[in-house]
Amino acid sequence: MHCMRFKCRKVKIQFFTVMLILVGFTILVSCQTNETEIIPSMSFDELEPMLQQTNDTVYIFNFWATWCKPCITELPAFEKINKEYEKRKVKVYLVSIDFPNKHEELLLPFIKNNHIRSSVVHLTDTDANLWIDKVSPQWSGSIPATLVYKGNSREFYEKSLSYVELKNIVESKI
Amino acid sequence: MKTLASVIFTWLIASIGFTQGYNIGDTATDFNLKNTDGKMVSLADFKDAKGFIIVFTCNHCPTAVAYQDRIIAINKKYKSQGYPVIAINPNDNPMYPEDSYENMIVRAKEMNFTFPYLFDEGQKIYPKYGATKTPHVFVLNREEKGLVVKYIGAIDNNSGDAAGVTNKFLENALNALLEGKDPNPATTKAIGCSIKPAA
Repeated sequence: MHCMRFKCRKVKIQFFTVMLILVGFTILVSCQTNETEIIPSMSFDELEPMLQQTNDTVYIFNFWATWCKPCITELPAFEKINKEYEKRKVKVYLVSIDFPNKHEELLLPFIKNNHIRSSVVHLTDTDANLWIDKVSPQWSGSIPATLVYKGNSREFYEKSLSYVELKNIVESKI
Repeated sequence: MKTLASVIFTWLIASIGFTQGYNIGDTATDFNLKNTDGKMVSLADFKDAKGFIIVFTCNHCPTAVAYQDRIIAINKKYKSQGYPVIAINPNDNPMYPEDSYENMIVRAKEMNFTFPYLFDEGQKIYPKYGATKTPHVFVLNREEKGLVVKYIGAIDNNSGDAAGVTNKFLENALNALLEGKDPNPATTKAIGCSIKPAA
């Protein structure tokens, strides 16, 4: 079927518009994929060296899960510390202990929807009896729980922490 | 007077130190708590029991929910051998309406719990045991001096996936007791939801 020159151009423009939208969508999707790739799933053997670094940085490891209400309540305090000390030697890690099969369903959407900026790792080692004591012998296993350390100076909190409490802990170590 | 004050003070400090809950070998307290059928339940009611599997658990916590079926199965297997399950919900806290007494009744019916599901009204019992999370298990064994704590901790080594369990800590502990041995390990740990003290 023939078309008039003008009409053909219109069809072409429409075609390119559709293509542009498609390309844009593809880029958007791939960006999201990149974003999700920065939440690594790891075993405790992989996490353990991160809990024992001997440099002069203050490390904060908050153990949490998307299903843990008091954990979600205290997350903004960790986010605030992460932002406030971004140029200092302070590093915040949010260690999710969501069930391993909930990575895509719960963890990734939660991080995205809440615009979490701190580093997040997903500890998928289910045999917690083997690693709870290695995080801290004081830990009975309930969450929220937080380990703060700088070199050999370590503190463990099996409770919710407020921003003020967290800031005082960081200031005492920095 | 000063001496008396300092004695009382020391005693107070000491008693705070001792409210950490039970260790292996301690004698556990009995209780009188309301079941989902409205009746009060005490351990003393179970005259023939060789001991008890006390499970602090609740409605809202995903790690507790993940174990519901396994707790039913464990009760089925060990009640007839003298160790019944007694479940206690410690979250008497208006901030967690899902764990209210009314919702416990609903859950017990939905899941056909074959064991008492008791409400720790006023949260008097869980601190005595030293429970910190749900689920948190204490196995008691009837001995001469009373109900002795023989095992504290986890049900098994995979809370999220029953099919992925490779170590049934609680069953191993119960089997040991049935053979007249001490459980080994006597304590284990698992991730759970913190028990919610009412403010």
